[in-house]
Amino acid sequence: MLERLRHPWSDRRAELVLGAVACSVAGAIALMIAFVAVGAWPTFAHNGLSWLGAGGNPETQIGNMLHTGPHPPAVAYHLRAWPLIYGTLLTAGLALVFGLAFALLAAVFLVEFAPAAVRRVLSPVVRLLAGVPSVIYGLLGVLVLAPFVGNHVISPAEKRSVQYVVQLDGTGLAVAVVVLTVMITPIMVALIADALSEVPAAWREGAVALGVNPLRATLAVSLRAIRPAIVAAGAFACARAVGEAVMLAMVSGSDAFSPKPWDGVPFLFEPLLTLAASIFRNAEGLSAPAVRSSVDAFALLLLFSAFVLSLGSYLVKLPLRRHHAGLR
Amino acid sequence: MNAFPEALPVKAPRPRRSSLRSWRWGDRLFYVLAWASGLALCLIAGALVLYMLVRGLQYVSPSLIFSRPRAEVNQAQIGGFLDPLLGTLLLVAIGVVLATPVGVASAVWIVEYGQGRVGRRLARVVESSVEIVAGTPDIVIAIFALTLFQLGAFSFLSFTASGGGVYGRSFLTAGAAISLLAIPPVFLATRDGLEALPGHQREGAFALGKTRVATIRRVLLPGVRPNIATGVTLGMGRIIGDTAIVFLLLGVGASERIEPQSGPAGLNVLRGTGSTLTSYIYSNSPAGEGAAPQKAYAAAFVLLAMVLALNAAAGFISGRGRSGRMSFGDRVRYGAWA
Repeated sequence: MLERLRHPWSDRRAELVLGAVACSVAGAIALMIAFVAVGAWPTFAHNGLSWLGAGGNPETQIGNMLHTGPHPPAVAYHLRAWPLIYGTLLTAGLALVFGLAFALLAAVFLVEFAPAAVRRVLSPVVRLLAGVPSVIYGLLGVLVLAPFVGNHVISPAEKRSVQYVVQLDGTGLAVAVVVLTVMITPIMVALIADALSEVPAAWREGAVALGVNPLRATLAVSLRAIRPAIVAAGAFACARAVGEAVMLAMVSGSDAFSPKPWDGVPFLFEPLLTLAASIFRNAEGLSAPAVRSSVDAFALLLLFSAFVLSLGSYLVKLPLRRHHAGLR
Repeated sequence: MNAFPEALPVKAPRPRRSSLRSWRWGDRLFYVLAWASGLALCLIAGALVLYMLVRGLQYVSPSLIFSRPRAEVNQAQIGGFLDPLLGTLLLVAIGVVLATPVGVASAVWIVEYGQGRVGRRLARVVESSVEIVAGTPDIVIAIFALTLFQLGAFSFLSFTASGGGVYGRSFLTAGAAISLLAIPPVFLATRDGLEALPGHQREGAFALGKTRVATIRRVLLPGVRPNIATGVTLGMGRIIGDTAIVFLLLGVGASERIEPQSGPAGLNVLRGTGSTLTSYIYSNSPAGEGAAPQKAYAAAFVLLAMVLALNAAAGFISGRGRSGRMSFGDRVRYGAWA
């Protein structure tokens, strides 16, 4: 066997082997979708579309599934996932809005205005911030930011105003969004800065020659030219934010409570739970079939949204690619 | 005096500096905000690293690194994190060993063979699959892998519990799942490197009578070695930092110890369960069960040091690459936390 491998391979054989390996990656994706969908089927079959709706606390509902035996009755699958979906949309959406503004400013600074010395510092900083493991962000969030917010930012009156419904201890929407923003901003900075530096210098120079100041030239010419890349960067970062599990399981308060905007300021500090964080937190109950199926349903929803977002970012970037090919 | 001395150095006319004072207020505000956000990023990173450094120096001690964890109620007796540290190293090794051949082989096939009508279409499919893998949340990969490896056919990778169900959690299964995180960076770095190699290298090899395979092995792969190394380093960073897959697939026990299963020496550890630094940090944080923040900080410091070292290594290696260096955006995007 080994002797045969040592002989030089024919081209045909190498092509087949390498092609098979390459296609196995595509196969893994197909397998993943199939497994998760099959696992999620009982949940959707028993709940129907009202699974997406509101009604009760999903964490309690999953807790009730734990002891329903190896062949749970249809009632055992009862789950209303809206609080988790709402938590996911709220954290990812807010982080995306703040992060995108932050990233646009930082990318423009990095490419157009930063002196060479600052630039030499800033690009490793972006790489570093993007590479820090999420569990470290979570640790700092739960040990540093959350106690600070709980002790110094939330007033006792605010705590009292909602004390019969939920405890405000610092972990919650505000800390989750702040940490998530710090996590996704570097990714967007890098992608936007990359696109900005690929804009032909002549375009900007043309604008500057017409008497526009450098900032206006950047805004009117460069940023306009890379609009698809900005959208794509946002979509990619959004996919990351939606799929983030560990950090949010640590700092979001881990209570599937939907923060209520009409509560006023306490809204910012109310706990929540996202789909990914809920999967992570329920990892120990996976031997119960009903829990397993519910968690698979969360995973299917996450997979679907990640799929849509990466497809979207690919489609949005198509004209840009064609455009660059034309320039070269 | 000569009005036009020849010796006078001829200076190019300096462009008149656009003074901020001539800008509109809105523009000035934008300019200041841009500076502020750039500096804010630096400040956040500096604060993060400094804070972890202070906490690390405060709590890390050799006895913590070289002693095994114990499950005890008393915090003073729960030991150190030798097992999680070894678990991280083992998992990185398994992940890299599995991901590198797949990533490199796929990239070589796409660039060198994926031609013709069917081939090009297949190549497109493979490229988008890698893109999807890169965008898939790690927790979803973990759930999928747990379902897959709990099938009876994969019982040899972990062990069968007394009730007859396959446990599905072991270093081998976690390593297989976690290798999916490292495939996209390896693939992308290799592909970019191969595409940037000048065509005359291939033509020269063919002219000397080398076959395609021999050209790939002797000419192309050595040429893209720095690219592969960059991709592998980025992949290692992602594996080291991952928590979700470890938490679901490594069977993190209460003691966090490496628990070998039956089997020949070596394989018994691989089929057994354990923990990594990331799962140790999570379990010892207030969010996990044991509230031992000092140990969590110490482990986080070691983890951050490893990530920083890998980051620096990736920068160094990719600086040595001759061609097809990964762009800034791609490096951040494919090396970012999973």
